[in-house]
Amino acid sequence: MNNIIEISGLNVMHGDLRALADVSMNIESGKIVSIIGANGAGKSTLLNTIMGVHAPAAGAIRFEGRDITKMRTSKIASLGLAMTPEGSRVFADMSVMENLLMGAYLPGAKKAKAGQLEKVYDMFPVLKEKSAQLASFLSGGQRQMLSIARAIMMNPKVIICDEISLGLAPVIIHDIYAKVKELNAEGITFLLVEQEIKRSLRHADYSYVMVKGRVVMEGKSSGLSREAVSDAYFGINQFA
Amino acid sequence: MLETLPQAIVTGVLLGGLYAIIGIGMSLIFGIMKLTNIAHGDIMILGTFLTMHITQSLTGNPIIGLLLTIAIMLAFAFAIQNFLINKVITKGAEPALLVTFGLSIIISNALFLVFGANTHTIPSTLVTTNLIRTAHVSVSMMYAVSFIVAVAVIVALSLVMNRTSFGRAIRAASSDTVMSELLGINTKHMYIFAMMLTVVTASIAGMLVGMTFPFYPTTGTQYLIIAFGVVVIGGMGSLLGTLVGGIILGLAQLVGANLIGATYQQLIGFIVLLVILAVRPQGLLSKAARK
Repeated sequence: MNNIIEISGLNVMHGDLRALADVSMNIESGKIVSIIGANGAGKSTLLNTIMGVHAPAAGAIRFEGRDITKMRTSKIASLGLAMTPEGSRVFADMSVMENLLMGAYLPGAKKAKAGQLEKVYDMFPVLKEKSAQLASFLSGGQRQMLSIARAIMMNPKVIICDEISLGLAPVIIHDIYAKVKELNAEGITFLLVEQEIKRSLRHADYSYVMVKGRVVMEGKSSGLSREAVSDAYFGINQFA
Repeated sequence: MLETLPQAIVTGVLLGGLYAIIGIGMSLIFGIMKLTNIAHGDIMILGTFLTMHITQSLTGNPIIGLLLTIAIMLAFAFAIQNFLINKVITKGAEPALLVTFGLSIIISNALFLVFGANTHTIPSTLVTTNLIRTAHVSVSMMYAVSFIVAVAVIVALSLVMNRTSFGRAIRAASSDTVMSELLGINTKHMYIFAMMLTVVTASIAGMLVGMTFPFYPTTGTQYLIIAFGVVVIGGMGSLLGTLVGGIILGLAQLVGANLIGATYQQLIGFIVLLVILAVRPQGLLSKAARK
């Protein structure tokens, strides 16, 4: 098995509170992996720790075998890890085009800029239509598309998505997941955070279930039943 | 008084250009790092002294003096940003502000040690030349050059900020540091570049100030207050606002002095500043009201 990201024994503290407790995960290259969990399960903390936004108290994170645990976020990004954070975080006072160009900031991405721009405009025609408009004029779904498109501009090996479907209409969610599949077919590994069990199991190759900062269940999505995940999700098995 | 009013207006506008280039570095640093740089005036006067000293000891050509000054100031900017301000900027605005306060004291005392308390000038023929001279209005070449240089610097800076990948990265870093890092932008490096841009503008401003007015090691504070006035009137972080702010402050001072009396020049400038603060606290050209 070829793991692109390996997380072992990760502990993260938010002040006195333990946000992650002994989390270990292996993300296989070329797959779509999802993390399922309720609010406060530690999903966002985990993603932010992978990207170096939070520093772990203990544990290690490896990317392509290289230790990135204490690396600066911008350095981690330069290795080929892109993240679409919760709430899209597009630059509201920049145009759609400028936001996309921000994705092509790193030297490697800058070289591939023209081709990548054509690619994301092909995938998201609405962004091409609005390329000269300020990102603050976009709808929530369009911002999410811009956030993903900006990540694609980075020409990454892995895209980490924090709740890309949050607050979006089902039609748009369907559309966004179709793009994820498309990009995955081209070889990009995805690590997704999801709140909805059904959607997660349908789209991901492999799923982890997190409760209160711990991984309580994992497996191939095809082998996990919705009921079992649901029980774990709501913590029922803890009392069984 | 009325017959001298046109002169006051012309000089006020031109002086405003000089004020704008004094304030622009302060505006940049605030816009990008949300840092009020208390040392801004002293950094500028450091540039003035360096330009004076290098010009005197070398060719006598102030442009060469300025270029060498900029080279030294770039190294200085790297040092203070990398080794001092960047170490504390993540801990909030106050620690960094205190660092610049300390820098201000260190710079003015170091200048005092090296150059003594005497008043200095950078001699220039621009001061004694007139661009235009009529019965009612004369335009000093020095003021005209300051104004033109200020406009040129502001236009150049806005082009860099709006049209280049480097400028976009600086803007990104100033609006969302975490997102910028996720895109591969090292925000601490961006802060260093911003400080470097700032000292370039401060060095240019310093030379113009040194040619226009006498200066001494503690003059920096006086220009810090002017820079404050300019960026508060124009809107912190707005480049065009800096020019507008400079012109309003310059006009207020000179027209006020003309109508009420020269002794009130500074006071009137700052009364206008207070009125604008009361009516539009975010500044005239600021993009949005700050919380």
